[in-house]
Amino acid sequence: MNGELLIQHVRLVDSRGEHGTADVLIGQGRILSLEGGDARRHIDASGLILSPGFCDPHAHLREPGQEVKEDLTSGLTAAARGGYSDVVSMPNTLPPVDRAEGVAALKEKAARIGQARLHPAAALTQGQEGKRLTEARLLAEAGAVLLTDDGRTNEDAGVLALGMQYAASWGLTVSVHAEDAGLRRGGVMNEGGVSFRLGLPGNSVYAESARIARDLEIVRYVLAQLGGRGPQAKALLHVQHLSSARGLELIRQAKAEGLPVTCEVGPHHLTLSEERLESLDPLYKVAPPLRTPADAEALIQGLLDGSIDCIGTDHAPHTQDEKELDLLRAPFGIPNLEVGWPLLYTELVLKRDFPLPVLLERFTDGPRRVLGFEAIWLEAGAEASLVLWNPDQERPVEPQRFASKAKFSPWAGWKLRGWPVLTLVEGRAVFEGLEQPA
Amino acid sequence: MTVTPDTSAAAPTPRSLLDFQGWSRAQLESLFETSKMMQEVLARPVKKVPALTGFTVATVFFEASTRTRLSFELAARRMSADVLSFSAATSSISKGETYKDTLLTLDAMGVDAYVIRVDAAGVCHQAERWLGKPIINAGDGWRAHPTQALLDAFTLLEALGSLEGKKIAIVGDILHSRVARSNAELLPRLGAEVVACGPATLLPGTLPGVQLSTDLKTGLTDADAVMVLRLQNERMDKGLLPSLPEYIAGYQVTQERLDWAKPGAPLLHPGPMNRDVELEGPLADSSRSLVERQVANGQAIRMAVLYHLLVGKKPRGES
Ligand SMILES: [Zn+2]
Repeated sequence: MNGELLIQHVRLVDSRGEHGTADVLIGQGRILSLEGGDARRHIDASGLILSPGFCDPHAHLREPGQEVKEDLTSGLTAAARGGYSDVVSMPNTLPPVDRAEGVAALKEKAARIGQARLHPAAALTQGQEGKRLTEARLLAEAGAVLLTDDGRTNEDAGVLALGMQYAASWGLTVSVHAEDAGLRRGGVMNEGGVSFRLGLPGNSVYAESARIARDLEIVRYVLAQLGGRGPQAKALLHVQHLSSARGLELIRQAKAEGLPVTCEVGPHHLTLSEERLESLDPLYKVAPPLRTPADAEALIQGLLDGSIDCIGTDHAPHTQDEKELDLLRAPFGIPNLEVGWPLLYTELVLKRDFPLPVLLERFTDGPRRVLGFEAIWLEAGAEASLVLWNPDQERPVEPQRFASKAKFSPWAGWKLRGWPVLTLVEGRAVFEGLEQPA
Repeated sequence: MTVTPDTSAAAPTPRSLLDFQGWSRAQLESLFETSKMMQEVLARPVKKVPALTGFTVATVFFEASTRTRLSFELAARRMSADVLSFSAATSSISKGETYKDTLLTLDAMGVDAYVIRVDAAGVCHQAERWLGKPIINAGDGWRAHPTQALLDAFTLLEALGSLEGKKIAIVGDILHSRVARSNAELLPRLGAEVVACGPATLLPGTLPGVQLSTDLKTGLTDADAVMVLRLQNERMDKGLLPSLPEYIAGYQVTQERLDWAKPGAPLLHPGPMNRDVELEGPLADSSRSLVERQVANGQAIRMAVLYHLLVGKKPRGES
């Protein structure tokens, strides 16, 4: 058999488990064979692992309007380096992505850039103002994969209910930043003993859980309204960046009841906690805030038992100057695309025996299921959007080497394993960090 | 004539005074000893010592506070330091001129120590990371105001002799008060028992080392001293308090309520005071009030802090 690329002696691991070592032949954008063949290019991948390309349901790529923080080129390059073949961009840009033309323009430009594939999310309401719904049908046709007012919160329950009800007709899930603005007030970190002692405005766990509880009731209401009509393939509601044990508990119960709800968690909420704010460094200012170690522990359990569907990076780049403002004025967010996989592989799989196939599921099939994409498995005929990564080589996080414009990280200096060395999108290499043969 | 306080008893003085982390009781007591010597200096006809000749102290106020700035600047001048005074509105910080740029520009002028006031917690920590120089926190947001707590403690020590086993009541908006937080950190280290008392919406959930109460009588009963905090009108605007009369009804310290405290228990207030809001007007001028002592002691304390952080170091000079 003839192909373009032959990845030899490579360990195969996907969400279904380990599949031993194989010679993977790739051509015409697909996996042609797991049993070798002829190819123009050979890679000796002894000691490396091949997995389906990662999919991020939540990244802020800042284009249009905030290219000083990130643009499509830097953001999608960062994604490719992080092992992602697919990325969902959030619509809270300047102006917000709330029309089909905006979605189409982003997709066209991303295709020209040719890094990770872009799947824009579009605003749920016009201008993300929380008033009039956007054109879900036209947005879906243009390629929008989610509707969300992320960057803001959905304060009007009536608008959210209408939005969910309407979007479902066109196969779109509504994704929400679940925080109650009134309860959150001006909080910049988790409310509790640490915030009280540090004298920083707190943002309570209950700002998240109260909003999730409300939104789950809205899902029940919308289901009743739909009366069984509408597509059942996808969830009505996707809860972004879950941060608390209490919020997780509500979603776990809702799922047990069979409610069509999905959720994601970010790498920072799994590996960092509020004590980091003791440094008073705005680097640790994220929304929702870092919670307690017990919350992080609960989220890891939720990721394991499937209550949490996927990892969403919430990649949220800002300029260095912005992150060096004070804790009240610095913006929320950190760049995560380039560290997500090695971070969680090291901290969860290597240090805590978290099962590798499960973590892979949460980076691959999980997010694709949320978005209504087909799963990618390592078998002949599968789409060759893949990542080759090194489970052994240890390297510190070096933010100054990020492709992202945001060259800072709360994990700077952490020694991690699992770094991607090759990312393929439909057989095409979008990132190559292979060491050249001597 | 020079003052040469003995600072050898304690471990090396921390580089900065950001809060009281890293300051041992022995170091704090040594600071109070130095403050007493500074009081003597301030009682002389020529209120000046050459201790900090050649040093440059910058006061950097991102939040306006004329009283605190003048107190620090006078303290530095009385120690013969040169003073560089910088004020900027935080609005200019939000508009792209960064704290870091501002501080590095000042640093190029050969500053030896910085006195920083800002409306957000943590900027003094950031400044120390960027500059690596002694920083005196002159108030950062709701977090800390250590020289205020030091002068409060010093004034209480003068009035009560010792703080061991003494009950100190702090009344008012505890949640948003850097003065309350710094006193909560300092006073228990000196042996005092602190009760912080205020409306439920202005109390933190917890504060280490401090008993919290919404009941003014609980707070004041048998108190050895009462510290009254300023109430900001902003709290009403943000919906945390229904109204001023409502606050006065529940929490104003009046002559009658002060009788719950021990006889003669002194009154402190960090200033500036809202007369007839947090404190009944005539009480402010009564013999119970130590407000003027606080202001005077602020001088001595700030001189002592500068002394402890700088003496023994080499001035940088112009660079
Ligand atoms: Zn969000």
